[in-house]
Amino acid sequence: MAQVQVELRHVTKKFTTKTLGDIVAVDDFSFQVYEGECFSILGPSGCGKTTCLRMIAGFEDLTEGEIYLSGRPVSSSKANLYVPPEERDLGMVFQAFAVWPHMTVFENVAFPLRIRKVNRAEVERRVKQALQHTSLAGLEDVYPSDLSGGQQQRIALARAIVTKPKVMLLDEPLSNLDPHLRETMRFELKELQRKLGFTIIFVTHDQSEAMAISDRMLVADMGKIMQIDTPENLYNRPINRFVHSFLGESTFLKVVIKDGQVYAEGDLEQPLGVAPPPDAEPEMILATRPNAIEITGDTGYQSRIETRIFLTDRTEYLIPLGSQKVKVQTPHRIAFSQGDSCRVRFVDPMWYPVEDSDAEKERARRQLI
Amino acid sequence: MSYVRFENVSFAYGDNQILKNFSLALEKNEIMCLVGPSGCGKTTLVRCLLGLNRPSEGEIYVGDTCVFSSKRRINVPAERRRIGIVFQDYAVWPHLTVKENIAYPLRKRKVPKPEIDRRVEEVLRLVRMSEYINHLPSQLSGGQQQRVAIARALMTSDDLVVMDEPITNLDAKLREQMLYEIRELQHNMGTTVFYITHDQRAALQLGDRIAIMDPQGELVQVGSDEDIILRPRTRFVFEFIGVTNFLALKRVDGQYRVDLGSTLAPWPAQVPPELQNVAVLDVGIRPNDIVFDSSSPFRGVVRRAVFLGSEYEYFVQAGDKSLRIQQGALDASLNGIAAEGSEVGLNFLNPQYYEAAREEGAR
Amino acid sequence: MINLRRKTRDLAVLDGRRRVGLDSIMTALSFVLLLVIVVTPISMIVYHAFFHQGQFSLDLIIDQFTRDTTVSAMWNTIKIAILVTIFGTIVGVFYAWLLGRSNIPGKKLMRFLFTIPYMFPPFLGAMAWDLLLNGRSGYLNRWLMKTFGLSSAPFNINTVWGIVFVELSYYFPFVFMQVVSALERMDPTLEESARIAGAKQGTVIWKITLPLVRPAISSGALLILISSLAHFGVPSILGFSQGIFTLPTRIYAVIARSGGSFEGIRQGAALSILLVAVVALALWIQQRVLRSGGYDIIKGKSMRPTVINLRGARIPLFILALTTLVVIVLVPLGMIFLVALVRAYGLPLIPANFTLANYQRIFTASGTLESIKNSMILSLSAGVITMLLGTMVAYVVQKIRPRGSSVLEIMSVLPYSIPGTVLAIGVILAWSGSLGLNLYNTLWIILVAYIARYLSFSMKTSSAALLQVHPSLEEAARTCGASHTESLRDITLPLIRPAMVSGFFLIFLPAMREVTTSVLLYGPYTRTLGVQIYSLRDAGMMPQASALGSVAIVLIIVVNSIVNALNQTRKGV
Repeated sequence: MAQVQVELRHVTKKFTTKTLGDIVAVDDFSFQVYEGECFSILGPSGCGKTTCLRMIAGFEDLTEGEIYLSGRPVSSSKANLYVPPEERDLGMVFQAFAVWPHMTVFENVAFPLRIRKVNRAEVERRVKQALQHTSLAGLEDVYPSDLSGGQQQRIALARAIVTKPKVMLLDEPLSNLDPHLRETMRFELKELQRKLGFTIIFVTHDQSEAMAISDRMLVADMGKIMQIDTPENLYNRPINRFVHSFLGESTFLKVVIKDGQVYAEGDLEQPLGVAPPPDAEPEMILATRPNAIEITGDTGYQSRIETRIFLTDRTEYLIPLGSQKVKVQTPHRIAFSQGDSCRVRFVDPMWYPVEDSDAEKERARRQLI
Repeated sequence: MSYVRFENVSFAYGDNQILKNFSLALEKNEIMCLVGPSGCGKTTLVRCLLGLNRPSEGEIYVGDTCVFSSKRRINVPAERRRIGIVFQDYAVWPHLTVKENIAYPLRKRKVPKPEIDRRVEEVLRLVRMSEYINHLPSQLSGGQQQRVAIARALMTSDDLVVMDEPITNLDAKLREQMLYEIRELQHNMGTTVFYITHDQRAALQLGDRIAIMDPQGELVQVGSDEDIILRPRTRFVFEFIGVTNFLALKRVDGQYRVDLGSTLAPWPAQVPPELQNVAVLDVGIRPNDIVFDSSSPFRGVVRRAVFLGSEYEYFVQAGDKSLRIQQGALDASLNGIAAEGSEVGLNFLNPQYYEAAREEGAR
Repeated sequence: MINLRRKTRDLAVLDGRRRVGLDSIMTALSFVLLLVIVVTPISMIVYHAFFHQGQFSLDLIIDQFTRDTTVSAMWNTIKIAILVTIFGTIVGVFYAWLLGRSNIPGKKLMRFLFTIPYMFPPFLGAMAWDLLLNGRSGYLNRWLMKTFGLSSAPFNINTVWGIVFVELSYYFPFVFMQVVSALERMDPTLEESARIAGAKQGTVIWKITLPLVRPAISSGALLILISSLAHFGVPSILGFSQGIFTLPTRIYAVIARSGGSFEGIRQGAALSILLVAVVALALWIQQRVLRSGGYDIIKGKSMRPTVINLRGARIPLFILALTTLVVIVLVPLGMIFLVALVRAYGLPLIPANFTLANYQRIFTASGTLESIKNSMILSLSAGVITMLLGTMVAYVVQKIRPRGSSVLEIMSVLPYSIPGTVLAIGVILAWSGSLGLNLYNTLWIILVAYIARYLSFSMKTSSAALLQVHPSLEEAARTCGASHTESLRDITLPLIRPAMVSGFFLIFLPAMREVTTSVLLYGPYTRTLGVQIYSLRDAGMMPQASALGSVAIVLIIVVNSIVNALNQTRKGV
């Protein structure tokens, strides 16, 4: 039975800004992170993820709620409790690395130990060990400005793990690295976690990165938690339209449901051949992924290939369904030609109500903060 | 009849030979995308076309006019070449309004004012910026400034417009939208567009034809997206467009074996007849053209399995080689996924074969 | 990708036609003008210091360098400069940290007070402090002696420490500006990561914040050092009566005492070499120190910087900071205005003794009105000419990049490191007839000196502005059908115009109030405002000198407000 390492109970944070009035950056966040987990908080800018992380770190206080680390309360609005960051025993890696340019690699990594008055021999041993873990052995006396971005990120990582914290907070740590390096660092991070056994809370806006690295993810939008689950479940069974479109590419089709049959809007003659959901409304949104739509020769809705483009790693087809067009993606080797007739089949789609557009405006407003 | 012609254009910057005998022809009314890695010389070529750089040799024609010829000592100054340009950083003049920016080329040509007003309004409607006519660039977003740059380019010439990495500075969503708008605009106006980029995806989406330049500034292939993707002429083209895996094949006792470093493995696919005499071949395969097939003689071990949402990505070790495999979400839900550490059989669909051009020690 | 290193010379070469283009004209003009205005005066100093009647001779140098007066002047110069630098840096860092990092109240007020020292000539401040704390007759001294029954004056501003005090009150903003800007732009996660690592607030400041702003502190401190070494105004007001000389004031004394004779000027030239050597040493130190450490600490996204809560110390520190500022900045200002109103110097500063007669007298005296007129003409012309010249040179160096443009660049920033006193001597040697042109005792000679002195200012402003004008903006104009000249006129000039305007004022204001250069170059009818205030004071007419000083202050405030108003209303670029 895994222990709860980090817990938030009904945490809320309100900001009063001069230009935009009151903003509830984080609205009633409650979740638990288990020991040894890699837990991501994912969402667009303005969704509250960074504020949430800063509250866990202790850089922001709470308007309401409580935060617990390893069972001990560190922030509580009703008890007026606020443990400062230097006493929370966390490790943290920032987006811009925050590696101190006036200190060598060794001095950077040794800093947390020296603050804790660890004796010199022990400091040496533990710093060398941390540098080994992060592939920086031999670079002790180098200054950060002489190293690449990836190496600077590793310094930040080494500095964060040297005190053997139970919880590591990572604030968009990989977004300043180039794509190839990002992938390598992701893998190294997971290896490090496996070896040292700490819990990770990882904040990012990059959904593919979150999915690649996480055991469980929290998707947030406009200060509210949308869904918490494993990446596979979030991707395959998103709870609403926002989560669906935020994770990976989405294809949305407006459909009309009549007499137990599903029709594409604009074509009420030919049914789509997919079973309607149990609690169907007359109008709904059918949601699926462009590469989860099968183009077959024999079963499904009859249509034709309207356009075809070859992209770098897939072929993209545009196929009209009723008055709309759906995007379908296949590997290159499955080649249809423009104008070919074909049949389209939806494999296990999701269903959502028809949404309003005010959500978009609110999202845009929050991004200004 | 080709509309723009580069004939044996050469350009050097000090000791650095950037372009050497470069030749390319653009057809009228087409979108031609020139793609190549950063620093390969594409921008230099564009600047030669515009008259901002002077080639050391060669000839450049626009329509029937020769704008540059080293032999005949012709070099039409930049201000008289009448080619529209959209720069990467938009180069929209911050001290002039949208209207003044767009009207500038016509002012330089001494077009009468009522005519200028009319044409400015017309082009603003085309780029959907009519309501911003008196705005200053500082009041516009990146995407809007880009549209102003496009409108201004169209004012200089609606026959030929060059775009140098115009969407690189925009965010992902806006980039898609701009590509779509550029295509629509071109369809409506029939302008010949010469689009320069390092982004292969944008080039494939936009271009009627695509020209690929290698890092040495050589033109390696010109063709439609289908040509580039399905029939890449050289290994560079195949590698440049998208992620690839490469394996070396050796002909041993009449059969092709895969060189996995310490071992040789059977090659389950068919080598095309015209290459069957070659001793060593390079074969390239895309990650999503490698599938799991328990009956295949080619075996490997799954080192890493990563869920990326729309696909699963695997790193499979075979001998000393690591292969990158992608399995689409549809396939995964129908056929299951491969677990980390498991031993699998692999089959290779749609491989591309190339003669191994290298010798021992070279490259 | 746009290759930023391509030769933009190609742009000019494209003019196609073979005849002389705009670029060649600008380049040639730049070389010629810089040669005449900058190189000639400097070469003349070197020549006359080392050559006598055509023969190379070190006699003059040796003679001057070994004199007691020279050695003590040099010693004073160095001592004062170092003290001003040390204390000015401490004060500057203190205020920078208070305003940039703490939650002290009244930040806006204090920042406003900081802008005042920039506006006023230090010599006026020296005058005011002299009026207050003069060893014999200072107002404050006499009040203190009377109130506390002291037999001698408790403070004496006419000492080395007095000079240090007044100079540092004008120079500490150099460090303040640099450090407060560094603190505000610093990436807050650098400090946050230290806190997560377990460091308390105090440790973070000591081990992280301060070391990271060290480059800003050094650069500000060295600016103070160099300015103090070359400074004339304060030591001249406070030091002469007690025989305390620095190199710049010594040079002046040597020339003034000889009545402007050639021999006196030669001696001044020799001493100038010494002064320039000292300044050069300081500049060399500046290069070494600044080269070895700029940290890239600027934040990317706009993040709020960490603010440190002062808690109990908040109000006491606020009182201390505000009081110090008031003393340093407002007291001298007030003094000038009060003494301007008093009937005779020495009378108590009570309303019964106030009169407007001093103002009446200075405005009717032809000398005063003429000096105001002279300063206006000189500052306006110097501002306009220097701005145009500086812009042209900046354009040639940055955009045209001909062969030898590095020489041009060096020539244009050279005068920055030459003290105003030295430049004046060079101008006298060059343009008093020995080269065929005699401008001595005319406004022209002062103008030429001003242009040489302030050229580097406009070069720097225009260079920075031109850097912002990306080559693609001009190229876009070319492809739209504009010739090179047209693209300059339509695109480049309008874009750098705001910088040119602020460049103009950057020269106009200092020129209006300066005294260091014109005190060596003025003739009977070519006094500047600064020189006139000086003369009135020399003649013992304190109230009138103060009155004119107050007029100068008002004038500067008015012009400054116009500048600020213009800045607000300008269209954003």
